[in-house]
Amino acid sequence: MNTLLIIGAKSDIAKAVAHAYAANRSHLALAARRVAELEHFAQDLRIRYRINVSLHEFDLSDIASHRPFYDALHPKPQGVLMAAGYMTEQAQAQRHCDETLQTISVNFSADVCFLNMIANDFEQRREGFIVGISSVAGDRGRQSNYIYGAAKAGFSAYLSGLRNRLYASGVHVMTVKPGFVNTKMTAGMNLPKALTAQPCEIAEDILNAQQRGVDVLYSKWFWRYIMLVIRCIPESLFKKMRL
Amino acid sequence: MQLTGWGRYPVIEADTFALTDTQSLRRHLKTAGSCIAYGNGRSYGDSALNTHVITTSSYNYFLDFDEINGILHVACGLLLSEILNVIVPRGWFLKVTPGTKLITVGGAIAADVHGKNHHIEGCFSQSVIEFTLMLPHGKVITCSHTKNKKYFYATCGGMGLTGIILDAKLSLQQIPSATIEQTTVKNRDLQETFAAFETYKDTPYSVAWIDCLATGESLGRSLFMCGRFSHKGSCEYGNAKKLNVPFVFPSWALNSVSVKAFNQLYYHRIREKISHEKVDIDTFFYPLDAVQNWNRIYGADGFTQYQCILPKAQSYEGLQEILTTIALSQKGSFLAVLKLYGKANKNWLSFPMEGYSLALDFKIEPALFTLLDALDAIVLRYGGRLYLSKDVRASKETFEQGYPDIDRFRALRKEQKMDQIFQSLQSRRLEL
Repeated sequence: MNTLLIIGAKSDIAKAVAHAYAANRSHLALAARRVAELEHFAQDLRIRYRINVSLHEFDLSDIASHRPFYDALHPKPQGVLMAAGYMTEQAQAQRHCDETLQTISVNFSADVCFLNMIANDFEQRREGFIVGISSVAGDRGRQSNYIYGAAKAGFSAYLSGLRNRLYASGVHVMTVKPGFVNTKMTAGMNLPKALTAQPCEIAEDILNAQQRGVDVLYSKWFWRYIMLVIRCIPESLFKKMRL
Repeated sequence: MQLTGWGRYPVIEADTFALTDTQSLRRHLKTAGSCIAYGNGRSYGDSALNTHVITTSSYNYFLDFDEINGILHVACGLLLSEILNVIVPRGWFLKVTPGTKLITVGGAIAADVHGKNHHIEGCFSQSVIEFTLMLPHGKVITCSHTKNKKYFYATCGGMGLTGIILDAKLSLQQIPSATIEQTTVKNRDLQETFAAFETYKDTPYSVAWIDCLATGESLGRSLFMCGRFSHKGSCEYGNAKKLNVPFVFPSWALNSVSVKAFNQLYYHRIREKISHEKVDIDTFFYPLDAVQNWNRIYGADGFTQYQCILPKAQSYEGLQEILTTIALSQKGSFLAVLKLYGKANKNWLSFPMEGYSLALDFKIEPALFTLLDALDAIVLRYGGRLYLSKDVRASKETFEQGYPDIDRFRALRKEQKMDQIFQSLQSRRLEL
């Protein structure tokens, strides 16, 4: 059986993906900060699906820890899900530099450093897959959320390049762009019900798409078309809109 | 957010706190004020409704499973359906299950639910080895038949009014397959129906669907169904595709004509006096779970389920009177369920006692409450009582007469200051 490594395993989408892959007979290595909080969750997965689940204390923004963490990881995973994310209110992100940098680090630069290391290993092994959770917010910068959006845009571009590079070694890279999802991250936001998915729906989409070798997944599917329309609006008009 | 029970009546505006771990719950209880636990919202009436509720569905973990001895340790928000997905393929089943698997373990304990095997296995609490309970001030105690006994007897059937049930250890039963050998007996009247329960009293599972619109010589005609696990077949257990009721029916859709037509068809669909078939777990135990949102068929005003039980010696006479009253009112619904129960347990507010229980749904309408008051009077006259997890309208006096241990329950609530924190619309109405 294969092992999936999940970075940012405490996010609601990551937890749902853990369930989906475990049900599909995959072992799990779950990495997060204060990972002890996941002990109930891990034990639950072991009982439900009869799989191995290991927990790893890991801080993605501590770049120096990436290499020792990965070297100590046994067995090595066949797949990696990058689910770390950080979203603060736009007003906070544009006013406080530490919030800006935190947003960029957790959603982009630290992810890139980590996945570079994974990519080098997978490329050498000529196997594996990488799934990165980006966001529809990265498809176009909007005044309400553009620092987070910019970081996710960078991450999407990175995954695209990585996919291009690793294609030759048979390593699959998938970009996931969720729209509105009902999670801790969006708690308290007034999301339109008809457009808002549950984490388990996103997770099912991810599992199915990864197994089919999809490159860019919009989840739910209609976001592909919503974002197509949003990207088509001329900038001269877009700048006047309240989005 | 708007909150209701399964009957979709009443609707209240409530704010919620999601239970995720004991520490945050303890902190929350210090400042929360009046609140009640809310699981999967399947109790019919107002027993889990308050303007502030502790939702437990996010606390839904398997904590341990001893597959050799069949002992399962789970967190309170886990659904029975999730448990079955794990245990059935491994050759285990719940010792006691109600007619829906879409309830939480915490809810099953709080309502002390029972099922088709009550006459043999008793209530859900009788399969509970122990559970932990958070009291108003945040202290957590373990309760069982031997530890903190009075808390155990008060909490099982106590409708969440003694504290927040956190996790529970359940004893499971081994099953030879996931197939049930079902026998259906067609009965022309109440006497035949009663006889069927006596004839098959050693069969582990039994229940009767009763046509509550039938009158005269057909009063109490029924389809009696009983079954046991088959020794042939595998333990494979999957989730069949579900139907859905996608919208709320207009409230005129269910009327005495449409219900009568349904009951005629349902009764006459079976031709032989006795028939046998093999069915799967979901078909036998959870037929209504196959239709998602079935509570919408009763229309926008919602519905209630009236469930009463009468002592065995008075059951025949009492049920004749109850069924006649319902048939005359023309308000009966197609889900009337009759069952012979076994002995009562020691829990202070558990519903079952040895005798016959009748449960049926009614659409909420102004004239309904007079009918239900009339039924209450009959139930009390025959020494019976009502089921709290179905109730939404009974009076305090009616309730009290059926439950002789109510004052012990009230005294414990007061002594432990549970009455100041754990409250529901129901507990206020009945002064529990």
